[in-house]
Amino acid sequence: MPDTLTKFIFGRLTWDSLPLHEPIVVATFVAVALGGIALLAAITYFKLWTYLWREWFTSVDHKKIGIMYMVLGLVMLLRGFSDAIMMRLQQAIAFNGSEGYLNSHHYDQIFTAHGVIMIFFVAMPFVTGLMNFVVPLQIGARDVSFPFLNNFSFWMTVGGAILVMASLFLGEFARTGWLAYPPLSGIGYSPDVGVDYYIWALQVAGVGTTLSGINLICTIIKMRAPGMTMMRMPVFTWTSLCTNVLIVASFPVLTAVLSLLALDRYVGTNFFTNDFGGNPMMYVNLIWIWGHPEVYILILPLFGVFSEVTSTFSGKRLFGYTSMVYATVVITILSYLVWLHHFFTMGSGASVNSFFGITTMIISIPTGAKIFNWLFTMYRGRIRFELPMMWTVAFMLTFVVGGMTGVLLAVPPADFVLHNSLFLIAHFHNVIIGGVLFGLFAGIAYWWPKAFGFRLDPFWGKVSFWCWVVGFWFAFMPLYILGLMGVTRRMRVFDDPSLQIWFVIAAFGAVLIAAGIAAFLIQIFVSIRKREALTDPTGDPWDGRTLEWSTSSPPPAYNFAFTPVVRDNDAWWDMKKAGYVRPLSGFKPIHMPSNTGTGVILAAFSVALGFGLIWYIWWLAALSFVCLIATAIGHTFNYHRDFHIPAAEVTQTEEARTTLLAAQG
Amino acid sequence: MASSATTAGTGPVFHLEEEHAHAEGSSTMLGFWLYLMSDCLIFAMLFAAYGVLGGNYAAGPAPKDLFDLDLVAVNTTMLLLSSITYGFAMLTMDKGRVAATQAWLAVTGLFGLAFLSIELYEFAHMIHEGATPQRSAFLSSFFTLVGTHGLHVTFGIVWLVTLMTQVARFGLTEANRRRLMCLSMFWHFLDVVWIGVFTFVYLMGMLR
Repeated sequence: MPDTLTKFIFGRLTWDSLPLHEPIVVATFVAVALGGIALLAAITYFKLWTYLWREWFTSVDHKKIGIMYMVLGLVMLLRGFSDAIMMRLQQAIAFNGSEGYLNSHHYDQIFTAHGVIMIFFVAMPFVTGLMNFVVPLQIGARDVSFPFLNNFSFWMTVGGAILVMASLFLGEFARTGWLAYPPLSGIGYSPDVGVDYYIWALQVAGVGTTLSGINLICTIIKMRAPGMTMMRMPVFTWTSLCTNVLIVASFPVLTAVLSLLALDRYVGTNFFTNDFGGNPMMYVNLIWIWGHPEVYILILPLFGVFSEVTSTFSGKRLFGYTSMVYATVVITILSYLVWLHHFFTMGSGASVNSFFGITTMIISIPTGAKIFNWLFTMYRGRIRFELPMMWTVAFMLTFVVGGMTGVLLAVPPADFVLHNSLFLIAHFHNVIIGGVLFGLFAGIAYWWPKAFGFRLDPFWGKVSFWCWVVGFWFAFMPLYILGLMGVTRRMRVFDDPSLQIWFVIAAFGAVLIAAGIAAFLIQIFVSIRKREALTDPTGDPWDGRTLEWSTSSPPPAYNFAFTPVVRDNDAWWDMKKAGYVRPLSGFKPIHMPSNTGTGVILAAFSVALGFGLIWYIWWLAALSFVCLIATAIGHTFNYHRDFHIPAAEVTQTEEARTTLLAAQG
Repeated sequence: MASSATTAGTGPVFHLEEEHAHAEGSSTMLGFWLYLMSDCLIFAMLFAAYGVLGGNYAAGPAPKDLFDLDLVAVNTTMLLLSSITYGFAMLTMDKGRVAATQAWLAVTGLFGLAFLSIELYEFAHMIHEGATPQRSAFLSSFFTLVGTHGLHVTFGIVWLVTLMTQVARFGLTEANRRRLMCLSMFWHFLDVVWIGVFTFVYLMGMLR
């Protein structure tokens, strides 16, 4: 085949793009390929394809989409953690002239991929999944405002994840750090596909995130049950609302800044170049205008989880509901006024640095108010130390430390010393693991019975809890110490042998965390095996307070046979106290949205478009773009997107539950 | 809104007896507004980039060397007229007159096309003179801001044609009215953005 034709068909994709010279990657590929083939074979053998396609992939049910988001987050957690433990191992052994076991080309990809995956494809899917599953149930709605868009958003997130995973085996990932600062990420210093994988994976996933943000805002504003005024919304719904406002008001910034970087790389414009008038620091400013709200996007919903859990397991109404709501809103607003604290060293002068230092410190006030609200909720409560409550207490102890080191970093002169040191790494892992991840585990343990009708096994949950918490402290406290001694981030080898002991301790912590993840997986496996013993037929296993506990577990497709009427913050608690009796007759047909495969197809074309752009396969990019637009337009010609669940079917479902409840006594 | 399981309306009401339907599309306007605001943020970033880089000519051409205000005035007129005619389309839609609505939509589309043609002519002319997007940061940010607006108008025209086909096939149904309403907001939004571009890029550029 003539060379030009090959180039036309495959772009810059050649046999050399396969990383065959990296034995670690080859071994990983073999393992993943074998595992993947085994999984696909199992699905085919058990004839599950039709079931998965009909009941899950094309589903517009917010509960199923929420669960799929959680599965995506869990799978990507395994990848992101593999990167983490590889870094810990490298840094623990690369002393005394040893190069460790990772070359710099590979190591730089690993720390970039770790950050990108953990934020965009672990934390974001987990948080979005939790909101998707819980919010409509908490506000007494049947589904979200735009059910098709919800399915599409999920598959776009998956599309982004697929592109990131592809970079492991086809070409390479960015070697720039997780925010890809130019000029390093420009075409001059990163001429290969790594940064392009980064750009298009985030663009594809970013579309999904923005649309799901719009969807959930509309749902919360428009779909609340009658009687649920704004100040009667459960706190988790409030924090979800604020998070989605942040998503809609910040992800477009990311889209814009990555587009400009893409233009620099593809077209040769001069936004972030060093010459022809470009300004690399503008990229740093713009990406942190997205990046700082992003960290609050991650943590706010978990503040909501902690509020629900604390109140439920203390058997008390949440202390200071109003102040909790205002604190959340204040954090939402302030999160836009602090971005510059990520680069005080830019040299913008004392006045600018002081402004951003002070706004950053002010954020600790509403956050501190929340901590006190949780403590006062527990005060004189009848506390049950079930798993979600254990995670909450561990969060309060751990997060406070992370918060205080954050305030320390907010002081510009201190930041000049600690900027880009391991102290910073310890700080943000302290708040992300101690806040977001602990919150997610609390949320998963809390709502799992609602999603599947049986509880998680408490023994393995406690094993996982202790491994995670102790492992976290072992892994990150040494980094605080190293950071104070001046060790910078992203180092591959070290000269000073006296530092090694701290890295060995940190690696030990990472091993404990690995055990925690393993125990979590075992917990899920064991719980599914023992689901008969762990079953909860009541739908309200924790003596809950909010509406999601008023319906069955798992909830029927329509969530509530009758739309609930809300009279109190703790709507379900109020219903129980006021002598609520479950209605047994008079069911009506229920209007529901129909499933559709369009979301999967659109996301598939988006992945093909991204792949074509990454590898300069222009015909593929053009073709998939045309197909994308054509499919989207074609979808708008379908005007029949809903159906009614007949009253007989509703009656049947509800009677089955009546029988189940009666058997319970 | 009658009583609940407790009889005869004496006890507290826990749920609605009747199916409490959220009318189809009841969230669409709010959702579309939110989308527009997210799009507005993208433009805000591009304006900010132009604000930072707009004076960095890198020894290349400056606005005064490049902009032809007369041409831009004509172009602006095209876009403003298209917004007016879209308004007429919405008025006739309210009266349920399909043919008149379609006619006004077609006129809107033609004004949109005229706008795009003039813009493309302007771009071609600048590039021909060596003022390419690669020449300086000022030109990178100029072409990106104005070009992104142009891409939006292009997308709006594709959407307009789609909607005209749907109105022709299915009439001014509830769903189609809602869609025309969304496109109307999109079209006027682009007008507002263009006023920003005209003032901030062209008029103030000539003063530099």
